[in-house]
Amino acid sequence: MMKWLAPRSAIGIVLITAALIALPFVAALGGQAWVRIVNFAILYIFLALGLNIVVGYAGLLDLGYIAFYAVGAYTWALLASPHFGLHWPFWAILPIGAVIACFFGVLLGSPTLKLRGDYLAIVTLGFGEIVRIFLNNLNAPINVTNGPQGITLIDPVAIGSFRFSGGSEILGISLSGPQKYYFLLVALAIFVIIINLRLQHSRIGRAWQAIREDEIAAKAVGINTRNIKLLAFAMGASFGGIAGGIFSAMQGFVSPESFSLIESIMILAMVVLGGMGHIPGVILGAVLLTVLPEVLRYGVGPLQVAVFGKMLIDPESLRMLIFGLALVLVMRFKPAGLWPSPERKRELQGDA
Amino acid sequence: MAEVLLEAKAVAKHFGGVKALRDVSLTIRKGEIYGLIGPNGAGKTTFFNCMTGLYVPDGGGFTFAGAPLLADAPHRAAERGIARTFQNIRLFANMTALENVMVGRHVRTRAGVFGAMLLNAATREEEAAIRRRAVELLHYVDIAGRADDLAKNLSYGDQRRLEIARALATEPGLLCLDEPAAGMNATETAELRRLIDGIRRDGKTVLLIEHDVKLVMGLCDRVAVLDYGALLVEDAPAVVQKDQRVIEAYLGA
Repeated sequence: MMKWLAPRSAIGIVLITAALIALPFVAALGGQAWVRIVNFAILYIFLALGLNIVVGYAGLLDLGYIAFYAVGAYTWALLASPHFGLHWPFWAILPIGAVIACFFGVLLGSPTLKLRGDYLAIVTLGFGEIVRIFLNNLNAPINVTNGPQGITLIDPVAIGSFRFSGGSEILGISLSGPQKYYFLLVALAIFVIIINLRLQHSRIGRAWQAIREDEIAAKAVGINTRNIKLLAFAMGASFGGIAGGIFSAMQGFVSPESFSLIESIMILAMVVLGGMGHIPGVILGAVLLTVLPEVLRYGVGPLQVAVFGKMLIDPESLRMLIFGLALVLVMRFKPAGLWPSPERKRELQGDA
Repeated sequence: MAEVLLEAKAVAKHFGGVKALRDVSLTIRKGEIYGLIGPNGAGKTTFFNCMTGLYVPDGGGFTFAGAPLLADAPHRAAERGIARTFQNIRLFANMTALENVMVGRHVRTRAGVFGAMLLNAATREEEAAIRRRAVELLHYVDIAGRADDLAKNLSYGDQRRLEIARALATEPGLLCLDEPAAGMNATETAELRRLIDGIRRDGKTVLLIEHDVKLVMGLCDRVAVLDYGALLVEDAPAVVQKDQRVIEAYLGA
């Protein structure tokens, strides 16, 4: 277990730790916006690892994963904002968000147990849209979600009187709000990575993989495929719910448009591009797909102006163009993802 | 007479107008190797699928180890102690040989998600025991050298052995083998025969569906012959071989 962490471990861990500590300060040199981008990259790592349980391990193609993120985000928003006048502490809301998202995971899972592949993808896609549309319209007759206007003035994460928003000074080092969130997110991400690794090499993780490989054989060796699949949906959804809560607190604002279909597709693309079922690969996919568009946004505009004297292509459309091209190229040349698990790699080489 | 392990009572199954099984009744005794033979399409695999819960019979039922076997879910059959292999091998192709057998331990172990996340002493111990048993079983079927290879990269004969190891991992009282010798050459068949013999000696009851008549006649204590979904005869191999109805079924009357 954790083989990819183990080799030459002491030096490696020290280097990684040093890099992780230095990162928010280095990013801050380019402005706080870059620290926020790094934070979003970590949040997406979180989401991609949650989806990896459902898609990578259990092999259930879920195109509505963003719905659980939305459920978590709105749980936080409703329980910690002036909207209902509630200001619950984070250690209560995060677990509640995880449990509610988990419930929605089971809700989505139970009617879709017999579906696989494309059919499951269509139903989960619909589910994601249903949740978004509900959030958009639940402002009447009773105003629950405040509709398309969204919910504002959401409480930040706070431990006692220590708030994660706004700057403060710790041990003589001044930290901005995003930098403080960065360390919180890194801690949570490490927690999620450890849980993912442990699940992968557990009895339940093997049962998920068995279902992915051959459902009938899995039944024949005594795996209760119904419960184990629901468990995968529930676990994935819980991670989505926690990520949603943090998102809500970090932004201070949520609205239904943050939870559109394209977000689900992006998270799925992170898992697939990086390497399904392989944790380092999924992390790589999440980082690439969050940071590269921003690099494009900040880099391509000025570059075009410098070279051609004017803006020829809008960076936003270029982003989708490059994204599409990248997906095609990866599927053509690295079908198992950019960083597949050693077994998957061996398998592909074996076929060649 | 030895104790009855499995009893099928008037099991019937039809697909549309096709009567795949017509009131098949038979008994398997504890500790024997029981052969189920018949021409192609006679209903052997259908019988298997009814017994292991993949199909729900339209009539009749099974009693296993003294209690009725409810045909509600396949994983229940494995829990009760019926393990099977498949005619067209069904391994977890992208998992290693060792992992395949470890999955077989699922039904006899307990660790859940919280155990896995906390990785407490009980979970670690169980995990170690699962691994130990899986390695033992790979040795038992003689493919321990391939433990870390993906199941799909094993040779055909080794895949068959791996499937048997996986089935044995569920600690079955009754091991059902669906045409284990299909596609094997003479040497491989001879080795398989030794393996099945060994499994019986270690106290398991074996139900064998097979086309290879020589293998069945040499190995089985009793043989049942199915034809057009009906049971023709159930007796010792020597008797069955001389039965006029069986000869007709195989050669055409």
